[in-house]
Amino acid sequence: MATPMSKLSEPRLVNIDGNHACAMGAIAAGCRFYAGYPITPSSEIAERMSLELPKIDGIFIQMEDEIASMGAILGASMGGLKVMTATSGPGFSLKQENLGYAAGAEIPCVIVNVMRGGPSTGLPTRPAQGDIMQARWGTHGDHPIIVITPASVPEIYEQTIRAFNLSETLRVPVILLYDEAIGHLRETVELKESAEIELHNRKWAAEISAEFQPYAAGEDKIPEMVRPGDGFRTHTTGLTHAPDGFPTQDPTLVNEYMQRLLGKLQHHNALVESFESISTEDAEILVVSYGITSRAARRAVKLARNEGIKAGMFRPITVWPFPAEPLKAIVGSVKNLLVPEMNAGQIIQEIERYRPAHCRVEGLNRIDGETITPEQILDRIKELASNE
Amino acid sequence: MSDVDSQFNIRDYLREHLFPHFLCPGCGHGIALRALLWAIDELKIPKDKLAFVSGIGCSGRLGAYIDANTFHVTHGRPLAYATGLKLARPDLEVIVITGDGDCLAIGGNHLIHACRRNLNITCMMLNNEVYGMTGGQVSPTTSNDRFTTTTPNGNYEPTFDACALAQAAGAGFVGREITLQTPALKNVLKEGLVHSGFSFVEVMSDCTEVFGRKNELGDSAEMVLTQKSSVRPDVYDNQVDQPFRPNFLKTGVMARNNRPEYAAAYRQHILTMREGKNNG
Repeated sequence: MATPMSKLSEPRLVNIDGNHACAMGAIAAGCRFYAGYPITPSSEIAERMSLELPKIDGIFIQMEDEIASMGAILGASMGGLKVMTATSGPGFSLKQENLGYAAGAEIPCVIVNVMRGGPSTGLPTRPAQGDIMQARWGTHGDHPIIVITPASVPEIYEQTIRAFNLSETLRVPVILLYDEAIGHLRETVELKESAEIELHNRKWAAEISAEFQPYAAGEDKIPEMVRPGDGFRTHTTGLTHAPDGFPTQDPTLVNEYMQRLLGKLQHHNALVESFESISTEDAEILVVSYGITSRAARRAVKLARNEGIKAGMFRPITVWPFPAEPLKAIVGSVKNLLVPEMNAGQIIQEIERYRPAHCRVEGLNRIDGETITPEQILDRIKELASNE
Repeated sequence: MSDVDSQFNIRDYLREHLFPHFLCPGCGHGIALRALLWAIDELKIPKDKLAFVSGIGCSGRLGAYIDANTFHVTHGRPLAYATGLKLARPDLEVIVITGDGDCLAIGGNHLIHACRRNLNITCMMLNNEVYGMTGGQVSPTTSNDRFTTTTPNGNYEPTFDACALAQAAGAGFVGREITLQTPALKNVLKEGLVHSGFSFVEVMSDCTEVFGRKNELGDSAEMVLTQKSSVRPDVYDNQVDQPFRPNFLKTGVMARNNRPEYAAAYRQHILTMREGKNNG
């Protein structure tokens, strides 16, 4: 591993896989604490972090299990560092407990889930997109969460940086969700100098006063974070808490807490929402696709256009919260929605929720551990076009 | 030296606006907390530098009453959170407050690896032999034949010796004390806090309302006196009085070693890596 990539001083083009790009993006974003547990197909992230972090006074620790990894990053985040962990399906299941703590106590953290086939141990070395719903609803109770689905190696690098910015700014766990195929795909990435990157850090509480309340938030709904040692001596808990940080069961305070917690992403929608639209202006067949599958969809749409079919693509980059408004703005003219996914049909349920009555929605699903090909999508686009 | 004679005033360390506290009458947890704060007071650790991490259960609720940086985390995971916090912030005195269920059952894996790593954290485990907060279910440390709500005919599972476990897993410091011996408990905790490495202190607490009532063990005074007669302080280690003592549950300092502290080892690892790179 003694490659020039180890030097972080100058921007340059490197040919690396998605997992390495994720690690390098995290370092660039200011991540200085990584705790993890080995699991295929995400282990390269931990390996790269174990190499890079010690060079920059960061901390890498391999914990005893996935649960402990998640706990350790939250402890480090509460101590003031930017933190990350990475895993895959079975490990992601184990993260859910402390992920809920991060959402409820509003502890910034980035969690990478390199998806493999499930359920259970499933297909450790094969790609899938089966954790879309788990990423949204894996931990119990109503909670805010951001899930980002990059589709290429350069995008993993960029979106990892963005994941940190969002998590730090909004005090919400951010999940980077991509699959084994992009995780192990090699592409060219331009590594950036830290000066070139726009970094956002959490707001630290600075003014100590008798009235200070660690979970009181202003109009932006984001409370300032308290750094231990700064003299505030506050309480942090996973129990439902009042603005003073202590547990409460008062229905008014519980409701206010829940409303603020669940409302903060909507309030900052301009930061959170991200998507890409291709050839949607006059599209009659719209392919809605994310992650690795969107690459096949992009190709299929181009080929369809070459044959005179009015096809387009809508790609959520931030998949949760789902970019419903931008999708609704497009589907007015659309007759058919095609939703290819490497699962039995998950995000299609969201599309169903937002489709106008005149729109038909169809899934194109693969659950055999293989990626969806452009030809598969093109064939379905042609079928839909010929049925008109 | 007795508590009464010292300059220590527990109220200096408590968030009294949260009173009345939630502990049941007769519960030993408050005495354990008193001993811990007393040890901290004698060591003159500034409150701003104190970070308490606790889990779920009666033990987990203690942290909220301490006027310091307090983190009440998930069930069984305080040692995992504390590991991250201590590595991120070596300037903080990180103390874990946990219970027999939190630490030995759901958190058992974290305990053995915290002992193995030997990061400079002090862990106070309150052992009251029962899951008190959930209504009195059997725990890994429930004594043989004791009645709980999930052992209606008496406990038939073997009882965990937490100190033996911690010692075997490599903890830098291991101690045990009963709440009745509060000054001695304070001293063991103090030694644990001073020790550079992972310090595990088991406090034999008593759950009067749930466990005591169910097993007709009498009031709190009776329970702690029974406890006292059943332990064997380490000062008797070399004396031949075994025939006269009904039980051999050791108290005092159980183990101490000078294995490398984790954070120090990590810093050394970083330096070695950098030197390797510079030379290469």
